[in-house]
Amino acid sequence: MRGNAPGAHPYMANALPETKQAMLAEIGARSIEELFHQIPADHRFRGELKLPAAMRSEAELKRHLLGLLRRNRSCEENLSFLGAGCWQHHVPAIVDEIAGRSEFLTSVWGTSSSDHGRNQAWFEFTSQLAELVRMDFVGLPVYSWGCAAGHALRMASRLNGRREVLVPRATCPERLSVIRNYCEPEQMESHIKVTLVDYQPGNGRLDLADLKRKLGPDIAAVYIEVPGYLGTIESQGAEIARMARAAGAEMIVGVDPISLGVLAAPADYGADIVVGTTQTLGIHMFAGGGLGGFIASRDEDRYAREYPTLNVSITSSVKGEPAFGLSLLHQSSYGLRDKGKDWTGNSTYLWAIASAVYMSALGPAGFREVGELILAQSHFAAKRIASVPGLSVAWPGGFFKEFVVRFDGTGKSVAAINRALAAKGIFGGKDLSAEFPELGQSALYCVTEIHSAEDIERLVGALAEVVRP
Amino acid sequence: MTSNIKLPNYHGARWDEPVVMEMGVPGRRGAVFPAPAPAVAAAVGDAASLVPASMRRQDRPALPEMTEPDVLRHYLHLSQMVLGMMGISLFGTCTMKYNPRLNEWLQMRPELAELHPLQDESTMQGMLEIVHGLDLILRELSGMDQFVFQAAGGADAAYTQTCVTRGYFAARGELEQRNEIITTIQAHPCNPATAATAGFKVITLPLEENGYPSIEALKAALSPRTAALMTNNPDDMGIYNPQIREWVRLVHEAGGLAFYDHANFNGVMSKIRARDLGFDACMFMLHKTFGGAKGGGGPATGAYGCTAALAPFLPGPVVVKDGAGYRLDRNRPQSVGKVREFLGNLQVVLKAYSWCRAMGAEGIAEASDLSVLANNYMDKKLGQIRGLVRSHPKNTAHRMEMTRWGMGPLKEETGVNIFDVQNRMTDFGVDAFWLSHDPWVVPEPFTPEAGELWSKEDIDTWIAVIQRISDEAYSTPELVKNAPHKAAIAKLAPENLDDPAVWATTWRAYQRKRKGKAAA
Amino acid sequence: MQKRRLGVIVNPIAGMGGRVGLTGTVGRETLARARALGAAPVAPARAARAFALLRPLAETVELLAPPGTMGAELLRAVGLAVREVGRDPAADTSPEHTREAAEWMQRLGAELLLFAGGDGTARDILGVIGGRVPMLGIPTGVKMHSAVFAASPDAAGEVACAWFAPGGARIGLREAEVMDLDEEAIRAGRVSARLFGHAQVPHLPRLVQNAKAGPRPDDEAEIAALAGRLAAGMAPGRLYLLGPGTSTRRIAERLTLPKTLLGVDAILDRRLLAADLNENALLALLDEAPRPVTLIVGVTGGQGFLFGRGNQQLSPPVLRRIGRENIIVMAGAGKLGALDPPWLRADTGDPETDRWLSGYRRVETGPDRSMIMRLVA
Repeated sequence: MRGNAPGAHPYMANALPETKQAMLAEIGARSIEELFHQIPADHRFRGELKLPAAMRSEAELKRHLLGLLRRNRSCEENLSFLGAGCWQHHVPAIVDEIAGRSEFLTSVWGTSSSDHGRNQAWFEFTSQLAELVRMDFVGLPVYSWGCAAGHALRMASRLNGRREVLVPRATCPERLSVIRNYCEPEQMESHIKVTLVDYQPGNGRLDLADLKRKLGPDIAAVYIEVPGYLGTIESQGAEIARMARAAGAEMIVGVDPISLGVLAAPADYGADIVVGTTQTLGIHMFAGGGLGGFIASRDEDRYAREYPTLNVSITSSVKGEPAFGLSLLHQSSYGLRDKGKDWTGNSTYLWAIASAVYMSALGPAGFREVGELILAQSHFAAKRIASVPGLSVAWPGGFFKEFVVRFDGTGKSVAAINRALAAKGIFGGKDLSAEFPELGQSALYCVTEIHSAEDIERLVGALAEVVRP
Repeated sequence: MTSNIKLPNYHGARWDEPVVMEMGVPGRRGAVFPAPAPAVAAAVGDAASLVPASMRRQDRPALPEMTEPDVLRHYLHLSQMVLGMMGISLFGTCTMKYNPRLNEWLQMRPELAELHPLQDESTMQGMLEIVHGLDLILRELSGMDQFVFQAAGGADAAYTQTCVTRGYFAARGELEQRNEIITTIQAHPCNPATAATAGFKVITLPLEENGYPSIEALKAALSPRTAALMTNNPDDMGIYNPQIREWVRLVHEAGGLAFYDHANFNGVMSKIRARDLGFDACMFMLHKTFGGAKGGGGPATGAYGCTAALAPFLPGPVVVKDGAGYRLDRNRPQSVGKVREFLGNLQVVLKAYSWCRAMGAEGIAEASDLSVLANNYMDKKLGQIRGLVRSHPKNTAHRMEMTRWGMGPLKEETGVNIFDVQNRMTDFGVDAFWLSHDPWVVPEPFTPEAGELWSKEDIDTWIAVIQRISDEAYSTPELVKNAPHKAAIAKLAPENLDDPAVWATTWRAYQRKRKGKAAA
Repeated sequence: MQKRRLGVIVNPIAGMGGRVGLTGTVGRETLARARALGAAPVAPARAARAFALLRPLAETVELLAPPGTMGAELLRAVGLAVREVGRDPAADTSPEHTREAAEWMQRLGAELLLFAGGDGTARDILGVIGGRVPMLGIPTGVKMHSAVFAASPDAAGEVACAWFAPGGARIGLREAEVMDLDEEAIRAGRVSARLFGHAQVPHLPRLVQNAKAGPRPDDEAEIAALAGRLAAGMAPGRLYLLGPGTSTRRIAERLTLPKTLLGVDAILDRRLLAADLNENALLALLDEAPRPVTLIVGVTGGQGFLFGRGNQQLSPPVLRRIGRENIIVMAGAGKLGALDPPWLRADTGDPETDRWLSGYRRVETGPDRSMIMRLVA
């Protein structure tokens, strides 16, 4: 049989008729069709699948897919200020090199003897993240920040048996929608009520009076984010934690870990459970496919017993070598099915390895540097933008990399401004006008280490042009 | 059975690699970032002062301080201590496939890697076309009317099903009444687990002699409280439930929805379609059946598809074709909202789309044929090895794309257990096989699945390894019990990692518990 | 420091009857018949498999065993040192030998009693040690209705080893039924079995992965939670009958009521109305009580019996008056999963009633969790 004859697909070795025949002979069957006799005839699909014709040639397939991808306009060829749940940061080349290694890429749930190196990389992910958040127990990754928050709120509810949680009103709507789904609609008997706590209009931080009104003996957990969705650094964490504790509620803090070289570790202001994204730790955006999340807490039995995640523990081999095994597997849905803690499954494990590489590459100095660079550039951008006539920044101080720009003074909508910016190769900030009407025509701008001072000046110039009456 | 196959004379890399937390030298640097530009610094002053005083980090996180090449080499060493399909991996229930490297290359193109999910639709037309293109392909393979890709794994798609079920019955005012979900003991654990998480009561049907639950058991479970059935078919035993059409009919008659967990789609793709069997919704795993790489457990995608009747409840937005272009339909008032932020792992969608385009209808049918052929070929050979039994021995029919086997007799007769066998396999450069999801209905279970990827020679080698280990179990059991001998490390010491005094999921905890040092 | 102690008892004739079609080997006549039919001892070989796994304990644990075929011989054969207790049974072992050995082991502070035998051996040992000393059976007997047996000889060896392993303190104990079968009556075609009592049995979950997982939260926690749910949901004015066993006892505990472990108790308005009711008392009570009433029962022993083992007072007339739909069955998912074949059974003595009870029914395995089980007559 020639290589290009029908049947010899490059992905399928046994497509050769001789091979099929040899295997059928071993089985003692006359045809492959005979092997499907378990399926009743009236279950079988006998029509013709109307799928696009096969492209066996990689050259042909590449041409087709590149053609499609080239119809996208990336944040690399444009200047982007989008954030709001997915952020553009620098990804060191060695991160991509390691995450692309075939051994990691094509590994599957494996044993210690099969996949020792990968299990160690997982442990290095949890260990380094633990240093950033200053918590001793970190689970293996979950799908996203929103999913991590959802699980953490459910953990809290199981811990204290209460069925209402307090969440900031200024939460990413994408994340909030996930949280609501995790806490179930009210028709369900085990529903957890999600109550929103307002923010202070003057500085964007949590409204403690509103928190005080809503805290009570029914509250399972108080959840805050640092930095918050609207960019502000919540500076009342310790007070919020004190209030939560006094009410018998768990204190859950959501963080963006790239900020933790310059922002206090959540454990230091009283977090019981910490959640957050892993996407900012060396993962590309992939149109949202780079998302990942984590859950961490103090290393106490009561918390550990509520983790829905798989957990990797350091241990040793019979020869005393450092080794890694799964801990508390039985409480997961793999162990206890419907009686497990929520559920787990495939998640974002490859990204955990990428994040481990990222954290090793940065080290303590790198996290400080990147944090300071982001702080400086974002505040610089906010100042420069506020200098454009008609524009203002809602809360000009106390944020990390995102800030709210208000356009009411221009008489133009954010949508129109963003269209005009796009024509200049700039992706403006996320339009907040519908989500937070009280902020008027406003957008959430994100500035990180990938931007240069020139990029910021280019944005400011473009803004000045497009808002000019 | 004697084998004349030459076994791989393998030896794994052993780097004796320290944990990264112990590596590095204070002051060394990996990634560095520039100081703010002078204009920036002049405008904003000291960056640290921009953080409210109470929120400034006081300590230095105790991360390693390493050079860039040292970091690279450390993780390269770790990668070399992962089998990860470098040898032969017949890891059942996970459908080990070739993951075309073209797709990995494409994923890293900036036109995808540097795409932000909130970009204007006009700047994502290529990606949206790929999403829609895969949607159409999966519709054709299942008969469903709409697919979404938001779920970040198969279990997340099962969760999507429970959310859609809630939305559907809430809209009909029946959610409080219909609060029970029926599943089977052999359904993947994610089905009962997500049903329970979503707040449903869970009813489980056990298997009967022929390997699937009886229709009478289903009838006993159905009632006006039934919200849905969530089931796999075939199950991990490789047994196809021939009564599934009648099951779906009965569920519908009781007013419930029927969800097809197509985790085991490889053997039946092109042969059956979920909608033709009456199902309301189904799920495909793009990181399994559709050629996406597994990455040790994601990023993954559970493609969830349903009928037009359920489509209004799907998590949104949904990609729709609009004239010549594509847009995101966000105006979906009955949508259940989000199961995960944004549109899903679109790089995995790209890989699945690419795989489907490479295969075509003919290739997909061929892959299904070959996977069932390979499995029955293996069944025949495994049946000749001492100490092994096929699940449900009375059901002698040819199985689908995988078969659950057991080593109960081997354990009984030699004391060698299934974990020992897993360890010994790695001495030959072969990935340890998958055992079984809980509960173990077969003693000492294992579940091989060859799929369409592995050649007859690979399969023969794999069988020869199992044959060798069986021989060893009967002749020199200690050799197997003390395995692995040639892998990256020896077997784990028998420590109780569920003991809070012992487990350490982070280096901090380990320092505190084992080294008597207080965590920094 | 004194070594920790493990007691070992072998009933060398257990299991001999099975292969020659006899039920059990209790009684010299039966044993003689078994031997005449060509039965050979099977217990020793199976017990030796378990004992071989005890070798890692040699340094740290002192093994106590009766002399000769009841233990010492076999242990020495696998290379283990033994301290002999009790009398040498010489040729014929008897229940007295078993009881005497158990008595010694208890006195010497054995932490676990590992035995090889069947239901009869379990009953003899439990009669001496009660719930004071944990016990574990190596399955060798013909009929094992009791739930004190490990799944296999190897499993028994592994569990015993884990029990004495350093750091093994987290191994769980579960309460397991020991059935008292009148084997003479069974051989005479009459079923006569009752619940003899409850043993403490160490419980090591099987290892899901070689990640060396430890004990899993077993059925007990789920059953306790279910009991709380059932107790909380009791309707006022409705009569509840609790069958024998530990599962139903959890309900009484939730109501802070005493419970006759081996009997049927009646509860009305969260108070104990009557305890340990026999058939006649139950019938009388059912005559008076407003309908419907609820009967809550567990699953008995390792064979999935719902009725006819240990709860004969729930006789056909009693069950018929209660009604099939008013019976709640509670059992752990692990217990149900261990049934092979996966059936519940009824053996009320009246085939008609057994048929009436048979079919598929829901078994509550935890709060909001259930399994559909087939009940066979």
